[in-house]
Amino acid sequence: MVSTKRIFQTIEMIDKQHLDIRTITMGISLLDCVSEDANRCRARIYDKICRRAEHLVQVGEDIESEFGIPIVNKRISVTPVALVAGGCDTEDLAPFARTLDEAAKNCGVNFIGGFSALVQKGFARGDELLLRAIPQALAETEFVCSSVNVGSTRAGINMDAVARMGRIIKETAHRTADRDGLGCAKLVVFCNAVEDNPFMAGAFHGVGEADSVINVGVSGPGVVYHALQKCKGAPFDEVAETIKKTAFQITRMGQMVAGEASRRLGTPFGIVDLSLAPTPARGDSVARILEEMGLEVCGTHGTTAALALLNDAVKKGGVMASGHVGGLSGAFIPVSEDEGMIAAAQSGVLELSKLEAMTCVCSVGLDMIAVPGDTPAETISAIIADEAAIGMVNSKTTAVRVIPVEGKTVGDVVEMGGLLGSAPVMPVHGTSSAAFVARGGRIPAPLQSLKN
Amino acid sequence: MKSIKAIVTVVGKDQVGIIAGVCNLLAGEKINVLDISQTIMEGYFTMMMVVDVAECTTPFSALTALLRAFGEERGLVIRIQREDIFDAMHKI
Repeated sequence: MVSTKRIFQTIEMIDKQHLDIRTITMGISLLDCVSEDANRCRARIYDKICRRAEHLVQVGEDIESEFGIPIVNKRISVTPVALVAGGCDTEDLAPFARTLDEAAKNCGVNFIGGFSALVQKGFARGDELLLRAIPQALAETEFVCSSVNVGSTRAGINMDAVARMGRIIKETAHRTADRDGLGCAKLVVFCNAVEDNPFMAGAFHGVGEADSVINVGVSGPGVVYHALQKCKGAPFDEVAETIKKTAFQITRMGQMVAGEASRRLGTPFGIVDLSLAPTPARGDSVARILEEMGLEVCGTHGTTAALALLNDAVKKGGVMASGHVGGLSGAFIPVSEDEGMIAAAQSGVLELSKLEAMTCVCSVGLDMIAVPGDTPAETISAIIADEAAIGMVNSKTTAVRVIPVEGKTVGDVVEMGGLLGSAPVMPVHGTSSAAFVARGGRIPAPLQSLKN
Repeated sequence: MKSIKAIVTVVGKDQVGIIAGVCNLLAGEKINVLDISQTIMEGYFTMMMVVDVAECTTPFSALTALLRAFGEERGLVIRIQREDIFDAMHKI
């Protein structure tokens, strides 16, 4: 029997410290939907998604109510559309995004990921067509998320793809300018993308995965923050230990929900993603955890070290609590979605260069960052190249999700709404990277041996 | 029938008849009370009950709403949650 004290401790975590399951994501393979006839292919995709995910939202809500734990998002990820639609008798893949959107609407989920292409080494026909369709697809749809993998440790970086993604991001921002470039919030450029990520906007269902699978993303920056308040001034050993214990508890809950969802949906359990995902709500911030460790403002000297400790301790605590850990698993630092990050960026202490350094030691990368609308496409490409290089050399996933907001400049704030939060427009260097990006070609894969 | 254990928690200002009221409501839903512990902390009534909901035919979400509404009328916060979540978090 669990003691009364523990029971009320759990209730307090949920009630006051924003403990929740961030997402239950059902991965669905579309490989068996392939057809030469594009209309037929789209009809099969729609049918398969609606059939598999029919009860996803209902089951999520049932679990929420029975266990009293909020499940914030129910989502779907699918096989990268470039792989499924590449053989179709059409050059226009935007209708595939509309099909995904309709399927998402029908199932009642709040995002569907997988309007994606993997081009780390080069472009196949489907990749080519998909990249071309991204701006239109994101402008026309509500729920579809898109991602493009432009580099990997094994393949190097496809700089042609990097150059194109700069232009695609700019065009997506332009096409959704009436919504402050919201389309860019649904577009991620990856290096070393993972196949079982349950978090948006970068989720897709990898080709090595089962036909359908349940992946769960846990959260809980508020719980970690609260736990750390009990060890003020203590040495880092104690800080790490406290974070590990908290991460263990959070993950155990994620594992239980994942098992329950998997059983009720008759779908195999894939992984639990051990991520600390912040929200714009006060008390649910990763930045505030770093500040709790003794930094006046997140972004000042010491931030990278604090984040390295946090990221590692979360993994160590979580790994033992779950049967299968995967996805991105680490601390997220999306600027617009984190109340403390927003404040730090607005104060001018947190800069793009520090964020880049932070991505060396934590999950993902430059995430949900608004930049001035007049930022050239080449500068965005160069930002992507830098971030991809960090991922490539360190054998980790990195990503870029930036929003060049038309008509806005440094000092302005962009309201994205809901969980996407609000983004202060951050400055980028005015000096040009155009000639660098114009070279094209590939950056060769890095040496991973001869480490003496 | 196999038991399905849930935890009922009640927090709020102490008053006459909390336990009786909650137990009555649970009995009406064919919910068996297995264990009760209760204390007063700083004037606040805090109660934890282990119950078996196997015989209860009301859907869980409706049950949650029923208890919440009962509590709200009396200035109490009443929750019911499946026991598994607490076991998962606090037992290895």
